[in-house]
Amino acid sequence: MSKEQIKNLETQFEARIARDEKIEPKDWMPEKYRKTHIRQMSQHAHSEIVGMLPESNWITRAPSLRRKVALLAKVQDEAGHGLYLYSATETLGISREELYNQLHTGAAKYSSIFNYPTVTWADMGAIGWLVDGAAIINQVPLCSTSYGPYSRAMVRVCKEESFHQRQGYEIMMKLANGTIEQKDLAQDALNRWWWPSLMMLGPTDAESIHTEQSMKWKLKRKSNDDLRQQFIDQTVPQAELIGLTIPDPDLKWNDERGSYDYGKINWEEFWQVVKGHGPCNKERMRARVGAWEEGEWVRDAAMAYAEKKQERKEKKVV
Amino acid sequence: MSKKNWPIWEIFVRSKNGLEHRHFGSLHAADAEMALENARDVYTRRNEGVSIWVIESKNITASNPDNNGELFEPAQDKVYRHPTFYDLPDEVKHM
Repeated sequence: MSKEQIKNLETQFEARIARDEKIEPKDWMPEKYRKTHIRQMSQHAHSEIVGMLPESNWITRAPSLRRKVALLAKVQDEAGHGLYLYSATETLGISREELYNQLHTGAAKYSSIFNYPTVTWADMGAIGWLVDGAAIINQVPLCSTSYGPYSRAMVRVCKEESFHQRQGYEIMMKLANGTIEQKDLAQDALNRWWWPSLMMLGPTDAESIHTEQSMKWKLKRKSNDDLRQQFIDQTVPQAELIGLTIPDPDLKWNDERGSYDYGKINWEEFWQVVKGHGPCNKERMRARVGAWEEGEWVRDAAMAYAEKKQERKEKKVV
Repeated sequence: MSKKNWPIWEIFVRSKNGLEHRHFGSLHAADAEMALENARDVYTRRNEGVSIWVIESKNITASNPDNNGELFEPAQDKVYRHPTFYDLPDEVKHM
């Protein structure tokens, strides 16, 4: 194809998206669209998969059967969400093997929030309430993104996600209304997860390199700072309701803006964690790669068994 | 790395009797039986279905969007295939 032809196709392509048409796997698409989607969608899938690790830490020690079944179901959902997203990414012509490979070698990123440790049961509450809360704010606009398979996967993910946040808030509420020790646990978890949750919504607009193009492709509908503000405005009253204090001395309602003003985010910490120097980066990767490698003989055995069964079936027919 | 990767399967789910099976997504599995079991865990955790079909993706033949013109455009000028093409007096209320 000549440069001019490609330019022409690109113009038509952008016009389709501007008209709110969806792009499907076999449609022509600019290489940059394909690559950007593979990057964002796989990063999303990896986050779901790695996101199971901090929570699975507490499944065996959940304080009651009710909490245990809920946490199990939530972690199972995350596995499911990872799978929806991986298979949606594969429609762009990249194999599952390659996607895993990118995660395991560190070539692909996942949400840096999962590199923080889960040291008490209250962390299960804080993760559901704050981390899933922030994730929902990020994800809801993606239900109408331009790439069909991604948007369909996101519709399913969002439908399932709201139970995650509610179960987390319920845990926090119970602890906050419990003994002094329990309330301290809840406050301590909020103190540790608040700032990383704000960072989870991405670098400030001034530093976000992908925003403009992503807005055009509807991979992003609102800027990181707008999403962050939305998250803060919705979460502060929820904390007040259960008597917990947001760990930000500069947090103040701004009547004029109709929003909360908030303190400075420690972006240095964010970039350190992204670069691999968070408290649990190595541990998470070790667990993930270990699970994959230790499962290899099972995958091979299942394949060998399937082939043997198939051969037997064919023999019978002859 | 495994010697051989599990193939990819397309999953179709009937959400309730009376409705058709609809494409829900895809997944990897060693064989059809495992694809069914995985589909049940991945796509029907909340009573989304009463029946599942699985088919290995490589067995699906799909039309190419590049041929959409010759495939679908001929139907565009055949307005006489639609009821509104026919003029009837207002007295005939429902037909």
